[in-house]
Amino acid sequence: MQNITVEVNNLKKSYDKVEAVKGVSFSVSKGELFGLIGPDGAGKTSIFRILTTLMFPSEGSARLLGLDVVNDFKEIRNNIGYMPQRFSLYQDLSVEENLTFFATIFGTTIRENYNLIKDIYVQIEPFKNRLAGKLSGGMKQKLALSCALIHSPNILILDEPTTGVDAVSRKEFWEMLIRLKEKGITILVSTPYMDEANMCDRVALIQNGEIMSIDTPDKIIGNFGSKLWAVKSRNIYQLIKDLRSLDFIETVFPFGEYLHVTSKTGSIDIEKLQSILIEKNHTDIHIQEIRANIEDCFMALMK
Amino acid sequence: MQKQTENIIEVKDLVKRFGAFLANDNLTFEVKRGEIFGFLGANGAGKTTAIKILSGLSYPTSGLVNVAGFDVYKQRNKVKENIGYMSQKFSLYEDLTVKENIRFYGGIYGLSNKYIKQKTEDLLNRLKMTQIQNSLISSLPLGWKQKIAFSVAIFHNPKVVFLDEPTGGVDPITRRDFWEMIYEAADAGITVFVTTHYMDEAEYCDRVSIMDQGKIKALGTPTELKKLFKADNMDEVFLKIAR
Repeated sequence: MQNITVEVNNLKKSYDKVEAVKGVSFSVSKGELFGLIGPDGAGKTSIFRILTTLMFPSEGSARLLGLDVVNDFKEIRNNIGYMPQRFSLYQDLSVEENLTFFATIFGTTIRENYNLIKDIYVQIEPFKNRLAGKLSGGMKQKLALSCALIHSPNILILDEPTTGVDAVSRKEFWEMLIRLKEKGITILVSTPYMDEANMCDRVALIQNGEIMSIDTPDKIIGNFGSKLWAVKSRNIYQLIKDLRSLDFIETVFPFGEYLHVTSKTGSIDIEKLQSILIEKNHTDIHIQEIRANIEDCFMALMK
Repeated sequence: MQKQTENIIEVKDLVKRFGAFLANDNLTFEVKRGEIFGFLGANGAGKTTAIKILSGLSYPTSGLVNVAGFDVYKQRNKVKENIGYMSQKFSLYEDLTVKENIRFYGGIYGLSNKYIKQKTEDLLNRLKMTQIQNSLISSLPLGWKQKIAFSVAIFHNPKVVFLDEPTGGVDPITRRDFWEMIYEAADAGITVFVTTHYMDEAEYCDRVSIMDQGKIKALGTPTELKKLFKADNMDEVFLKIAR
């Protein structure tokens, strides 16, 4: 494949008895926005810490821009920007001092790469004299991203950048990532939030140190094996119990206001189900066939 | 069980000021017995301030606040006895066992040894965790910890349980098991008060309120709000209000 920027081959990482990463392989092309989607403990941070040369793999290999994470770590560090999950800027330096610090470490200046961070930095520039520790969550996140970008890296690696951030800041953050991607920066981002998969070009769904599926979000959804129905009624808790008691129902999962339901036979007669539920005293019944989302796919792959 | 009409939380014209800053600007809402109520808002919207007041940790500047039938000005200890609290990050002692954690919380709420013993057994059976009752919390997967944390938060049978981003970070199946536990608790008459940043968690609630800059800007069922704001999901509703 052309333009492979990140290549990970059978990567493994163990801590004492715990095997956190169990042979993971994937590649990311130049300018791609690649998501590692999975819950806490899936191995996302371990993979990112190996890619950022902060930790050795137990087995397997990884190359970024053709450079090996073990042998060429110094060169890799000059070419990547990393935003760890925990806010790791200097809380007792101001916004501007933090940014200057990171620019200086990489032998550059804010002015030299201002263009790259401008979109993001203008939003916090009015507070440039404020201590980083005194910023709100959304502003800290913007500063951390600015610091990760100030040396104009080829690859940006972001570990759960949107965890604990409100919906507005989250949306703005993804919009920033898409603009950075358009500038040709390759972006690897991890998140436990399944709905964020749709913002990525391709995603790897990861669980217990193993990748269950890698593809575009659309194709992952296209591969969902069965038909799916959304069902709701006034009493959702009773509805869960009643649906599970029906012999033709395969799975019943709460999904917001609805339950997502699959059938053992692959089909559901909506009118028949409706009358069964009416008989069981349900009211305000809605049943409709729906398209699966990434979370449905993730759960189907977990089984 | 059908939702009941009795109000468990009553808030009228709640104001909380910090100097010149108005953190809660005339909040008025009610939450019913057995209701799952989502309390949403951006960072800094004033949610934490309001929750501290509702849980008897802070006094309002003015307004009426009644929780579980008790006044938060005069009956703070009664309020505290009748509520439970669980947050995603904290809740259990990592270096105590499952059983010790349950025993500890039961003791704090003044439950008798006999009652704690009996109820712990029931609980462990229901959670299918009898085998691991003597394991340290630190050795358990996140999803198990969450289930135990929730069970502990409602162990003393509170009228209201406050949940702070209850399902963040867990895998989607565990997350659904967790919501079923919440439905079960609500069905048993416990009012569930959920705060979260994540709008897909809001979709599970019976009703939600959305705060912005100290005020409640919207209140209704997810279906009503989506209709009102012509949005496909709660995320869009939220963005229309808070952006």
